[in-house]
Amino acid sequence: MKQYFDLLMMDYTLQIITLGTAVLGALCGVLGSFAVLRKQSLLGDAISHASLPGIAIVFLVLGVKNNNGLLFGALLSGLVSAVFIKGIISKTHLKSDTALGVVLSTFFGFGMLLLTYIQKLPNANQSGLEKYLFGQAATLLASDVWLMSAIAGIALIVVLLFWKEFKMVLFDADYTTTLGFHVKFIDTLMTSFIVIAIVLGLQTVGVVLMSAMLLAPAAAARQWTNSLSKMVFLAGIFGATSGVLGTAISASANNLSTGPVIVLIATVFVMISFVFSPIRGLLFRQIKLWKNRNDLKLMKTLLFMYNIAKNHENISHPHKIQLLNNFQGYTRKSLKSLESEELILLDKGDWSLTEKGFDTAKNLYTNQS
Amino acid sequence: MEDKIAIAIDDLTVAYNYKPVLWDIDLQIPEGVLMAIVGPNGAGKSTLLKSILDIIKPLAGTVTVYEKPYKKQRHLVAYVPQKGSVDWDFPTTALDVVMMGTYGSLGWIKRPGKAEKKLALEALEKVGMLTFQDRQISQLSGGQQQRIFLARALVQNAAIYFMDEPFQGVDATTEKAIIQILKELRKAGKTVVVVHHDLQTVPEYFDWVTFLNVKKIATGPVAQIFNDDNLTKTYGINYKTSIVE
Amino acid sequence: MTNAQLEIQIILSLVAVACALPGVFLVLRKMALISDAISHSILPGIVIGFFITQDLASPLLILMATLTGVLTVVLVEYIQKTGLVKEDTAIGLVFPALFSLGVILIARNAGDVHLDVDAVLLGEVAFAPFDRWMYNGIDMGPKSLWMIGTILSVSIIMLMMFYKELKIATFDAGLAASLGFTPIGIHYGLMTISSVTTVGAFDAIGAILVVAFMIVPPACVYLLTTNLKKMLIGSSLVGIFASITGYWVAHVLDTSIAGTIATVLGLLFFVVYLFAPNKGYISQWYKTKQQKTEVAMLVFMLHLANHEDESERNINHLQEHINWTKQRAKKVLKLASQNNMIEIEDGVINLTVKGLSFTEKAISYISDNKNSELEGIKQNFFLFRG
Repeated sequence: MKQYFDLLMMDYTLQIITLGTAVLGALCGVLGSFAVLRKQSLLGDAISHASLPGIAIVFLVLGVKNNNGLLFGALLSGLVSAVFIKGIISKTHLKSDTALGVVLSTFFGFGMLLLTYIQKLPNANQSGLEKYLFGQAATLLASDVWLMSAIAGIALIVVLLFWKEFKMVLFDADYTTTLGFHVKFIDTLMTSFIVIAIVLGLQTVGVVLMSAMLLAPAAAARQWTNSLSKMVFLAGIFGATSGVLGTAISASANNLSTGPVIVLIATVFVMISFVFSPIRGLLFRQIKLWKNRNDLKLMKTLLFMYNIAKNHENISHPHKIQLLNNFQGYTRKSLKSLESEELILLDKGDWSLTEKGFDTAKNLYTNQS
Repeated sequence: MEDKIAIAIDDLTVAYNYKPVLWDIDLQIPEGVLMAIVGPNGAGKSTLLKSILDIIKPLAGTVTVYEKPYKKQRHLVAYVPQKGSVDWDFPTTALDVVMMGTYGSLGWIKRPGKAEKKLALEALEKVGMLTFQDRQISQLSGGQQQRIFLARALVQNAAIYFMDEPFQGVDATTEKAIIQILKELRKAGKTVVVVHHDLQTVPEYFDWVTFLNVKKIATGPVAQIFNDDNLTKTYGINYKTSIVE
Repeated sequence: MTNAQLEIQIILSLVAVACALPGVFLVLRKMALISDAISHSILPGIVIGFFITQDLASPLLILMATLTGVLTVVLVEYIQKTGLVKEDTAIGLVFPALFSLGVILIARNAGDVHLDVDAVLLGEVAFAPFDRWMYNGIDMGPKSLWMIGTILSVSIIMLMMFYKELKIATFDAGLAASLGFTPIGIHYGLMTISSVTTVGAFDAIGAILVVAFMIVPPACVYLLTTNLKKMLIGSSLVGIFASITGYWVAHVLDTSIAGTIATVLGLLFFVVYLFAPNKGYISQWYKTKQQKTEVAMLVFMLHLANHEDESERNINHLQEHINWTKQRAKKVLKLASQNNMIEIEDGVINLTVKGLSFTEKAISYISDNKNSELEGIKQNFFLFRG
């Protein structure tokens, strides 16, 4: 670990790459939150796969690896695929999953056809296109990172400016229409930035795994908060952290593509969030379930006692604990916890209901019947 | 009360996938009525609201609000969609949802401030949800969610209110509370249009009613037209079973 | 054509059919993307299996990878059930994670594993004929031919045994349950078959072509027919056709066979999408245009039938009141008078006897929700269509 930090302090390239993955992670986290809430999680997967032929075609046409040119090709082909998906869903009876699957696999296949074609061309400059499959953060240049930061900055400004509109469209698009807002414009703006984020991430994370970069930080962040602004902020943090940690790990080990490592770290965030989040987490839910079950048992015991006690004039008349024997649900521990809640009094082998206990039980009784 | 027309619908026809859903509807809603739209499932009740509000584009026809096209009068109209039409797991609070009612008058980009928050809190109080303002919306009961939706519309301080099945899936107390608020709105001279399912409560809740089944069957004061004849025309001979449902 | 070329084409065709059979059901059950998830997430199963067996065609490896595939489905469904995220997010979280794990396992053990990541996505079908099964010194043919042949035979047998159950479970899960078939059993059976097929096909054609073979042929055929038997046979034929065409195109261009086949499938789909007789883009576009005018005409005639007073029946009313553009109003008027539905007298429009009876029939069909009959009376009454 220390070695890595020393390296980070010294190595300008590593600094650039770390900055790049951090910015990318944050951008994906923020925009991915919108994608997840729009229930378009897998659209990102289709678009990222579908950007591959665009990259290859630009390379074929230009014959050089101009990075911005390749990104532009990816953007174009991603947008074309989005149009196709929309066309298939709206014009035929095929459902969205089939439309996504068709576009994803055939566009990607076409991209691979072109890539293998390019590999056989007598051109020394061709290698390196494979990095778009799984991403190679090591190939990030300072200029790439500046471009990323500039676009992330613009995206941030747009998100802040249109925050109110985005939130409203995500929650209730019909209502937004009635207030006089142009929903289609807001929608297109949101989708465009999501597509741009996907394209920017291709070089670092690769087409195959890019969608996870969008989803995982947002899905993790959703578990920790019930506020959209906090969710978006947290998703940005999770994304950036996954980026930085992923870069660190893949830089300190040989032969590890950045994409898979970043995705795995983001997945760890998701798993931790799913289990340990105090609001929605599975562990908390389970504990609550046990507690409820336990409470139910206690209340059953109390009701049983009530049924015995109500036949006596003095409700707090003491009874033998053995009386409870034909009721199986009690234990020494459960009696103790009833006592600690001041519902009953224990005196050696005897128990008696308190006033509070009697009233509680009576209430339960009327609610039950 | 019946001299002024709040909404005038002229020859409205809506087709969905080239299947007609609403046919040639002519309907005039007088100002200050509390009106129920009733009809069987698939009669186009929600579609009627949505096409009045320009959410669905009609094939033909016009909608005027106080004698001007709806698009110029949006600020006079508030809409309460069906509760089931949104994702209640969305990360937001009750107060936040109600605040959305102020977004229309704010316009693009401008953020809500203290004045808007005050309006939202007042509306929450009116529907008896003030103590729930910071609650996440998924933790509210069906009735509470419906109250939040109503509060959001109240914030708009509109002249005309459109509500899509506001009593669906709510508890009896909420139903009473909502109808109380609607009656107050009418007293204040507002016009309220409600898509309604429960025929039994029509005479008790509403003073105006429209029977709809793809075509308009009848419209007018409940006292005059809410009768077996129109019910049969709308629901077919077995309308009594639809009441039970 | 050499022997190896022939063998490759046979392998590809078998894979295409083996994928198309479960693919039809995945597409019909709106679970097409599960194949995407499975094809990616079996990777760690394959890698670990390979560490143990050192043989991509070993039954143990296939078993482990299949289990990984079924595990993916279980995991996705478990996450969906928790309600922590929306449905498709669950798929999007599970398979990239497992795939990443697989890629990292390969990278960390690059020396020991003769698997490389490109091969994972693209497969190496060109090498398939060289990995042969020798039994007692006799050449029995390529191993992958045997493997995929076995998987295909099992699929076909299962399909024939459970055809009725599959059909009911796909089209009406509720009915299936009430008849005593467990949709869950059918569901996991289908998932297992999909996983086994993906694993078997993976080595030869890679993850992406598996997805393409499973989704694209059924999607094509679904635009042409909704008959289940025809879909199964048609999808298989489309897959075989694309395999053989793709193989030879790849041969000429010297490109990736899997990528080329996927491209051919994409083109096939595009052609069907455009030209399918009833459900294709062009036919839909034409129908939409026709229907739009015809529905508009119906609206107009209904309006005439509804309103007695002349002001509502004036020719200018079309534009002013019904809120139509001049162009549309003209088109509607033209269609109605061509079909002898209306007469125009001094700018006032009247329905003819024919027009009146058409409108009455149309109204009664519409209020009874009988759309097919509506098409029928159009056939009877119309001389010209919109």
